[in-house]
Amino acid sequence: MSFLEIDDVHKAYGHHEVLKGVTLNVERHEVVCLIGASGSGKSTLLRCVNALEDIQSGAIRIEGDTVTGAGVDLNALRRDVGIVFQSYNLFPHMSVIENVMLAPTRVGGVSKSEARARGEALLESVGMSDKAKAYPDMLSGGQQQRVAIVRALAMQPRVMLLDEITAALDPELVGDVLEIVRELAHGGLTMLLATHEMGFAKEVASQVCFLDAGQILERGSAEQIFEDPHEERTQQFLSRVVKSGRL
Amino acid sequence: MSSSLVSEELQPGPTPSKPRQVTGLAGLGLVIAVLATLAMAKAASMVRDYNHQGTVATIVGVVLVVVSLYPWIFAFRAFVKARERSALLAQDDLVASRRVAASGREEAFICMGWAAAVLIVAFLIFFVFANSADGGGVVNVFFKVSVIKASFQPILKAFWTNIWVACVSEVLVLIFGLLVAVVRMLPGRAGAPLRAIAVLYCDIFRAIPAIVVLTLVVFGLPLTGVKFFQTIPTVWLGIFALSLTYTSYVSEVYRAGLSSIHPSQSAAARSLGLSYGQTLRTVLVPQAVRRVIPPLLNDFISLQKDTALLSVVGISEALLVANLYEAKYFNLSPIAVAAFLFILITIPQARFVDYLIERDTKRRAGGS
Repeated sequence: MSFLEIDDVHKAYGHHEVLKGVTLNVERHEVVCLIGASGSGKSTLLRCVNALEDIQSGAIRIEGDTVTGAGVDLNALRRDVGIVFQSYNLFPHMSVIENVMLAPTRVGGVSKSEARARGEALLESVGMSDKAKAYPDMLSGGQQQRVAIVRALAMQPRVMLLDEITAALDPELVGDVLEIVRELAHGGLTMLLATHEMGFAKEVASQVCFLDAGQILERGSAEQIFEDPHEERTQQFLSRVVKSGRL
Repeated sequence: MSSSLVSEELQPGPTPSKPRQVTGLAGLGLVIAVLATLAMAKAASMVRDYNHQGTVATIVGVVLVVVSLYPWIFAFRAFVKARERSALLAQDDLVASRRVAASGREEAFICMGWAAAVLIVAFLIFFVFANSADGGGVVNVFFKVSVIKASFQPILKAFWTNIWVACVSEVLVLIFGLLVAVVRMLPGRAGAPLRAIAVLYCDIFRAIPAIVVLTLVVFGLPLTGVKFFQTIPTVWLGIFALSLTYTSYVSEVYRAGLSSIHPSQSAAARSLGLSYGQTLRTVLVPQAVRRVIPPLLNDFISLQKDTALLSVVGISEALLVANLYEAKYFNLSPIAVAAFLFILITIPQARFVDYLIERDTKRRAGGS
């Protein structure tokens, strides 16, 4: 039994099928990278794991417990599964520290002072402690994304889902954010990340999955996928990525 | 070096443009300015006649005429620039001539703008003071000083009712409007019946004119025999009626604000484990309220004005008292007093709303 099991998941918006039977097992402390073209279903898959989208068939299990379908305590599930979005989605009417403290105090049952202390420590470790009282609009994209990661970490999730978290950033800001993810990977956090940063995927991924048209077309170690892809679609995709100068 | 994306052929360059004409425009400006001053002189003499050649009226008249001379300055400047233009053109200095011509035309247009304003003011004065000699005219119908003096105090006192009725209604509307808006957003099948009731309420009360609701509530509810409605003061029934109407408007404003918050905010909150209610309370409503403050204040301005409707159901407020004095003196000046009081409280609020909207626009343009 794997830690996170995605079992033949189908997802459709109306008649448009986005996920056509995705099966994926993630072991504890594993970092799985999802790569693939826009519209291949990477983001949708992550949103399904977090139950932000409901699925039509199949199942998602965390430690053997099915977390899809009716009757599941979604709020409890989401406490265990953190997600960071491409567009940060910080709450603009709250300061950085309030953003970070919101979930622990409201749903984590942590006292205000404890949540503040923990939040400040986390901000410190991502180099953002001097911005605790700032509002999101005053921060750069890279800083906002670091806060968003801290906000998710504050709930001490067991799995982190990262949805193209550097795609909206200016190139010089990407490094800071990836550095944090690298540290989380070394710290043993289980992560499932959709990314366009192939170099980074190569570096941290214990498993790389190539998604194409709602299916995992090819999976394997980073070395195997990037150096010796078997599928023609994978080869085409990677050669286009190389052409654009991103690998 | 060849690419299908880059064309080798050069476009022909434009011929240098000539400076535009100034003299004609300056002449037109001067004609309008002279006409405006003549009109203002006539208006000033009417003001003076109304006040039987009094000193104050004479001074006012003179000031009006002097002010009306202001656009002349720009006409003369335009003429000066027109001459400069021809001189520079004779020297073949095309660029400088073009610049002078442009600024000369601008002066001529400024002259016309001011002259037009002077004309409008002069005609307003004509209208106000026309027929004033034989006791008619706007001045005597709407602004009879003796009647204003007699009625101002009591109307001002009655206006206090309009203010506190408006304030109490606004608080009720703020609370219940949000409540209705939130009910309309209840999720799932369980929420459906309540959503339907909220929609029905909004549809009905936005459709009925406020004056009809007021009549039905104030005259009708005490007749139902329900003790509560018979014992509370009539003015509270008025507040109830106004709140019923405006809650439906304001709930729409809130709803627009709530649905203008990007779904990603909701997704972010839910992904942190917040429940639907918590998401609404901590993330959606605070942001929505900030956004809807300007339209909300606009609705409040209408509500304040609609407090005058209470006069229809016999509640003593500014318009009702003004009506009494109007009947007593057979003159509309007391109504004008009521109008003046409404203007007095509304204009600052309207400016405040403009300020808030401008600030929001700036903020949106500046950040994110």
